[in-house]
Amino acid sequence: MTIPNIVGAGLIVIGAGLGIGKIGGSAMDAIARQPEASGKIQTAMLIAAALIEGIGFAALFAA
Amino acid sequence: MNTFKLLKTISLLWILATASISAKPALDKEEHPPQKDLKAEIKAYINHHLQDSYDFSLYSYTDEQGKHIYKGFPLPVILWDNGLKVFASAKFHHGETLAEVDGNYYKLYHGKIYKTDADGSIEYDAHHHPVNEKPLDFSLTKNVVFILLVALLMFFMFSKMARNYQKNPLPTGIGRLLEPIILYIRDDIAIPNIGEKKYKRYMSYLLTVFFFVWIINLLGLTPLGVNVTNNIAVTLALALMTYVITTFSGNKDYWKHIFWMPGVPWPMKIILAPIELLGTFIKPFSLMIRLYANITAGHVVLMSIIGLMFIFKNWIGSPLSFGLAFALSLLELLVAALQAYIFTMLSALYFGSAVEEHDHH
Repeated sequence: MTIPNIVGAGLIVIGAGLGIGKIGGSAMDAIARQPEASGKIQTAMLIAAALIEGIGFAALFAA
Repeated sequence: MNTFKLLKTISLLWILATASISAKPALDKEEHPPQKDLKAEIKAYINHHLQDSYDFSLYSYTDEQGKHIYKGFPLPVILWDNGLKVFASAKFHHGETLAEVDGNYYKLYHGKIYKTDADGSIEYDAHHHPVNEKPLDFSLTKNVVFILLVALLMFFMFSKMARNYQKNPLPTGIGRLLEPIILYIRDDIAIPNIGEKKYKRYMSYLLTVFFFVWIINLLGLTPLGVNVTNNIAVTLALALMTYVITTFSGNKDYWKHIFWMPGVPWPMKIILAPIELLGTFIKPFSLMIRLYANITAGHVVLMSIIGLMFIFKNWIGSPLSFGLAFALSLLELLVAALQAYIFTMLSALYFGSAVEEHDHH
């Protein structure tokens, strides 16, 4: 592990964390507005989070 | 009552006192610890755990005479090298000796089997990769054994469940636990993503993949050292199955949307075709990476936290390490189920996109 690798890994984690955090926050807002649709929102949230996570892991392997 | 309280206080004080006394020598020792060596040892141990192995070892230690003691049992090694060679992996003595079968010598080197001469010499190329001949390896390694075990377990569990349903529409035994999960996969994963008409064809695959990934992830959390889904070959095989099913069940509309996207101007169609084609490969690729990386990351972090205990070597380290490891194990329990769910969910989504019928554009 060299320093650029470590910095890169850190940047990836920041990016992925921000992305997943935003998805989670928006899902919370949506559930608060429409509690009856919480199941559907959760599914959509998990899919979006999984996609970001996939990109994040792919980038981590590259770093 | 008062004497009881007094006793309690005294015993508490005594425990505290002994704890701080026993902690003291450890603190003194920490001034010149073999830190580097220990860290390297923990790293090596974690790397060893992440690899597949030819024997099933529970734990190993070095005794007073400096001899390595391994607890576990060997697994069969099956090689194809001008004829079938079958022997127990105990012959390698954990890589310390050569295995001699029918006049051929095999050496276990960095988790791989190489054919060598009687001295066990290994030749290297410029990049320090061994150039010795590698026989075709069909060994029942630790991962293979656990895949087969889970397959057998699932076969007996679900066939018994199916027989019970023929006698009685109410679930019995393990079925009471599994029926809600199966119904959830049908009603919340398969039907919304694939559609009422065609979901039945894919249910068997979705259920199999969900329970396989889930059970094997849960086994990975036991102290047995099972780590099947941290092997990228296993997740590759799973993702490949999803890819093959998606590709072969793709209808006319699916291919049309890949190669000649309707509803966009023609220059865009030419640009979109390679991107969409690449997308069909990226989808299963991300399935493979996601499962592999999540489980590997979980195991590495968990083992590093347990390793903290040996680095701190005082009374803070062990409770801290225990508490963190406990919390992380709970999180991993969630991740085990979540990854199985995500894998099934995304597989269903891809199947759905392959069989979807579009009205018109």
